[in-house]
Amino acid sequence: MCRDCGCSLGPDAQRAQSGTAGAGLRTETVEVITAILSANDAVAAHNREHFDRHGVLALNLMSSPGAGKTSLLEATIRAVGGELRIGVVEGDLATENDARRIRDCGVPAVQITTGNACHLDASMVHDALHELPVAELDVLFIENVGNLVCPASFDLGQHRNVTLLSVPEGDDKPAKYPVMFRASDLALLTKSDLLAYLEDFKPARARDALRQVGFQGPVLEVSSRGGEGFTGWLDWLRGEIQAQRARAARGERLRPAVQPEGAALHASPSE
Amino acid sequence: MHELSVCQALIEQVERVARDNDACGVVSIVVAVGPLSGVEPDLLEHAYPIAAQGTLAERATLTIERTPVRVRCRSCGAQSAAAANRIVCADCGDWQVEVLEGEELLLKRVELETSAEPVH
Repeated sequence: MCRDCGCSLGPDAQRAQSGTAGAGLRTETVEVITAILSANDAVAAHNREHFDRHGVLALNLMSSPGAGKTSLLEATIRAVGGELRIGVVEGDLATENDARRIRDCGVPAVQITTGNACHLDASMVHDALHELPVAELDVLFIENVGNLVCPASFDLGQHRNVTLLSVPEGDDKPAKYPVMFRASDLALLTKSDLLAYLEDFKPARARDALRQVGFQGPVLEVSSRGGEGFTGWLDWLRGEIQAQRARAARGERLRPAVQPEGAALHASPSE
Repeated sequence: MHELSVCQALIEQVERVARDNDACGVVSIVVAVGPLSGVEPDLLEHAYPIAAQGTLAERATLTIERTPVRVRCRSCGAQSAAAANRIVCADCGDWQVEVLEGEELLLKRVELETSAEPVH
């Protein structure tokens, strides 16, 4: 499509046609072709530069409410808090509860309360970064608002998207919410300790549903209460932190899976 | 619900284009929305009058071009249509596909109202 509609044009336009309207007015059509969210994308790019300057890995955690994002972070801090320097941005409609839980684990956390907004955007995260010692971190977790729809559309400046699907939610969630699961680099099947009790949930079916929506990353079964899968998550995390340091040292920039191949063609030159 | 945020971002861009072109009003706006953008066209339409109120785009019509999902198979090379929750090759069924179309969330075109006399 973009080859036909003039994507190579700058945002400041080509006047395609003009006509005359009534009363001393005329109309003209301006071809624009920019991402509607380009203002958000520009702030996200700024955030990403900030992370890359300090070699920090930024991960966006997304899931439905109650899938276990905060519990995953608490368990992660307990397991590797001594080895990795962790910071957390918490997004919720209201309360400081989650940031307090993280601070109780001895890790700096900033709570963003969005009011009624259903997602975090890049400028909310940008404001939160000013309250965190970003330069002293190995990894920053951005815990998005619990919601399987809206957060997928907003780039925050993260390097990777991690989406949690908890066992009680059912193994067909990816088919019901395809956009978010497709936008993920890693899928975690959380509360895997419940697999023994919830026989309807088949990890193989969840994996199949993920492939069907175009998810191409790894799938791990994890329980924040420990076990084999949790080690896999920690290994993935360590690997990503090392890869991010190496990229930052080479001056390379990584955008998550949510950034489609086609987006580059449509990106505003001012970005 | 995020369609209102998306709509506000859209209006900001449209107003910028209008200002850059010394327009006194906006007649029409054309956007392209794909099923993989995470934005629901009907909700965007409903949010539009709320976001446009009191702006240069207040009386503009909004046209939403709904793009389909199209993929190219990395295994067999075929191009085919796909559903948002079944992004696989229609020919061979492989899930290793590249999405060609369907992720758009683009402002494409704006029709502006300007004074008939050129601005100097």
